[in-house]
Amino acid sequence: MSAVAPALPAAVPTRTGLHDPPLVRLALIGISLLFLALFVVTPLVLVFAQAFSAGLGAFFRAIGDPVALAAIRLTLVVAAIAVPLNLGFGLAAAWLIARFHFVGKTLLTSIIDIPLAVSPVISGMVFVLLFGAQGFFGPVLREHDLKIIFAVPGIVLATIFVTFPLVAREVIPVMQAAGSDEELAALTLGASSWQTFWRITLPKIKWGVLYGVLLTNARAMGEFGAVSVVSGHIRGETNTIPLHAEILFNEYSYTGAFAMASLLALLGLGTLVAQYVVGWLGRSEASPR
Amino acid sequence: MSGVRSLLKQPSVLPGFGLSLGVTLVYLGLLVVIPLAGLLLKAASITPEQFWSIATAPRALAAYRLSFGTSLAAAGLNVVFGLLLAWVLVRYRFPGQRLINSLIDLPFALPTAVAGITLTAAYSKNGWFGAPLEALGIRVAYTPLGIIVALTFIGLPFVVRTVQPILEDLEADEEEAAATLGASRWQTFRRVVLPYITPALLTGFALAFARALGEYGSVVFISGNMPGQTEIAPLLIVTKLQQFDYAGAAVIAVVTLLGSLAVLLGVSAFERWNPAARPRAMRA
Repeated sequence: MSAVAPALPAAVPTRTGLHDPPLVRLALIGISLLFLALFVVTPLVLVFAQAFSAGLGAFFRAIGDPVALAAIRLTLVVAAIAVPLNLGFGLAAAWLIARFHFVGKTLLTSIIDIPLAVSPVISGMVFVLLFGAQGFFGPVLREHDLKIIFAVPGIVLATIFVTFPLVAREVIPVMQAAGSDEELAALTLGASSWQTFWRITLPKIKWGVLYGVLLTNARAMGEFGAVSVVSGHIRGETNTIPLHAEILFNEYSYTGAFAMASLLALLGLGTLVAQYVVGWLGRSEASPR
Repeated sequence: MSGVRSLLKQPSVLPGFGLSLGVTLVYLGLLVVIPLAGLLLKAASITPEQFWSIATAPRALAAYRLSFGTSLAAAGLNVVFGLLLAWVLVRYRFPGQRLINSLIDLPFALPTAVAGITLTAAYSKNGWFGAPLEALGIRVAYTPLGIIVALTFIGLPFVVRTVQPILEDLEADEEEAAATLGASRWQTFRRVVLPYITPALLTGFALAFARALGEYGSVVFISGNMPGQTEIAPLLIVTKLQQFDYAGAAVIAVVTLLGSLAVLLGVSAFERWNPAARPRAMRA
């Protein structure tokens, strides 16, 4: 259920004597549209308007700038590490929580939700406290000439922390809804555990998994607060796309800042569309043929 | 051994309990338990008097007050407009409705830094909205008002997505009965519909409020970050970290954590008391 964006019901049932007066109806729709136009659509349009305000050439020069390219590369690297790890964790946690009853399950589920409840700033700072120059492991790291904070490993850690609940949260309800009868049948017929997982479980939950991966990836690439705390903002080295956008914005180089922001906005829009498609595929597969 | 295990775990023929438990515990232990323990240790490394004096310093109090006030205002605005949007999406049919329905999720999908940058540009002195508002004498960017704008944007989906499914489940019977008995449309809404969706509204409010309390990315751009005036609590943490005042940062972080923990515990207690309030398709 939860892996699917809420769908609009096919038709509104007729409610005799229950319709709002036409004027009220028009007014409410009007206010809603105005609110969304002003609050959601205009800011989105503004990103692209500003990014292209100095022309296509300036936009592509801003994207092609070596520092910007380094930020794009770092963002992709971080996501390429964080997403697969969190996918593995999400599947293990979902299998554990959806399939078994054990002592402490509620506590475990709450711990998984922690990153969604704490401020992104705190998500970053816990790693500074551990690995920063004056952190608990700071002296040990310095001795071995290892750098985690103000370096790529810290960014990866903070990103993993912020995004790890997303796959688990999407997959748990899907796995619960799918039940385990087919798995039991496969095991009875002599399939090994891994065969059962790959051939029975995974096909059943694939849309939920994909949905969770989409969310994880979008969040991993767009995360700002947690990453900003651990990054140190070293140009061309530890700046992801959002951090590079911030620096450019604070330097009043708006074309560059909005070019970076437009990449992230495209990521967000692309994720929304992909979520919609995945939700639709999942629903059409679930409905009886 | 197996005796202990069966005490802790109900028997199941499904494989993979040990492996999935191991992976989950190691991951959570390394990523969540140790780092959070580090935070608490850091905050506990100073005396209670020092803790208290950092936690209640005038600059810290101003930051809590600002974070709390703006989050409350934004969550309140989200309740009003979230209810309106949910109502319009569930009860009416009009062209472009599907698109509107998807647009609601945009604040979740858009990285917070993008929201911050674009809202700041829109509401700054010569921005699309900022210029006309400035002519009216209203300044949004770099004031608490700007913080409220950013937090309202960030929290918009919470109320809509908690109220929407509840409103869809509401059967027509009770409203019909009220109408038959002579209630006006407004009376029916206030006395029949509103009590039914109030739990969902409260849940959405609390989720938006908790999110707003910790929000950083969208706010740093638009707030102006003046200590004591437009400095939110998460920003104060960052400032202290940049000054290598780890203990001070940990104290503010612990206070903020307790605040959002209280809100979230409130929500889950409320959901247990009223399961209808649990959001169906919620993504934080």
